[in-house]
Amino acid sequence: MRTLWRTSRAAWPRDAALLRDVGLVGLADGIVGLSFGAAAVAGGLPWWVPVALSVLVFAGGSQIAAVGVVLAGGSPVAAVAAGAVLNTRLLPYGLAVADVVTSDDADRAGPGAGAARRGAGTGAAVRRWLVRVIGTHLITDEAVAFALRQDSRPGRRMAFWTCGIALFVIWNASVLLGVGIGSALHDTNAFGLDSTFPAVMLALVLPTLTSRSIKVAAGTGAVIAVALTPVLPAGLPLLAALGGLGTRWTGWRALLRRPGGGEQPRADAVDGTANDDELTVGGRR
Amino acid sequence: MMPMTAIVALAALTYAFRFAGPLLRGRVTVPAAAERLFADAATVLLIALAATAALTAGHGFAGWARPAGVLVAGVLAARRAPFPVVVLAAAAVTALLRLAGVP
Repeated sequence: MRTLWRTSRAAWPRDAALLRDVGLVGLADGIVGLSFGAAAVAGGLPWWVPVALSVLVFAGGSQIAAVGVVLAGGSPVAAVAAGAVLNTRLLPYGLAVADVVTSDDADRAGPGAGAARRGAGTGAAVRRWLVRVIGTHLITDEAVAFALRQDSRPGRRMAFWTCGIALFVIWNASVLLGVGIGSALHDTNAFGLDSTFPAVMLALVLPTLTSRSIKVAAGTGAVIAVALTPVLPAGLPLLAALGGLGTRWTGWRALLRRPGGGEQPRADAVDGTANDDELTVGGRR
Repeated sequence: MMPMTAIVALAALTYAFRFAGPLLRGRVTVPAAAERLFADAATVLLIALAATAALTAGHGFAGWARPAGVLVAGVLAARRAPFPVVVLAAAAVTALLRLAGVP
């Protein structure tokens, strides 16, 4: 354990780089939070809805999805369903960073140590439980990505807790600020705030459109959702978009492609490595 | 409307997804195909949500100003423009079009 601590102290120049990178991600997330808070209240929701979502759910994509469904007139059930589907990815994330979140030793190695040390008098078990409860809530795309970039376990722990705590503070502060701005502006549509919602989603998701099959699936899903919006109750078209996933298996997507036998195996090979550009979650299991 | 019960329900489901990973570690492995399916489902949902949020309002067309702003944002995002630039460009294009009288 002593060796681990020394290792992480010796790595402080890398920690400076970590803080800088976390700061940049925090800035980007802060702008998302700002527009989320502003657009939610501009759409007519009470101020506590985006605030409570940000503290309790703390997963930007699903918060945006849930509020988007509700603002479009969808039922709360559809909103919860859409948000929950987006958050299924947190399960493999949890597997990937389990050794960082469940603090079975070396609690001192991370910024989470502050929260952990408070429980020191009442015993290691309580401390471990507290660290785990808090750490679990801090699992996000960003924190997992930062953690998985590190080679050593202390490095992963440091990266995860630094990013997790910073983003929790930044995210909630920026949503609160956005709520204030959204409430203060009289006509938010005049400022184009309604287009920041879909813009944020595009910026989040475009980098994951790496393979041909997911592009086809996403494009199909988008067409389904837009086409069904005039006829179905709000919220349902979004869930119907998941039908776009059918293009991954049924093979009729081959019909959309220009005839040419040689292309099929190459496209499939791309499918197999599609997620390598992402977080390679689970790669450390 | 978004009642508190719906927020708590989403929070509970989200926490369960986060908690399941560390709990199951060492006992199960999520098949790579299932992981890819979850990731793809999230991508499909977000793109569909972006499309409907850009193009529709209620059960009808949202007007041209909003999709135009989102289109500019999409092009910038695809060209890896910094995040703040993408978001501000969307708002600016939409706001300017509305200022010019485009609905």
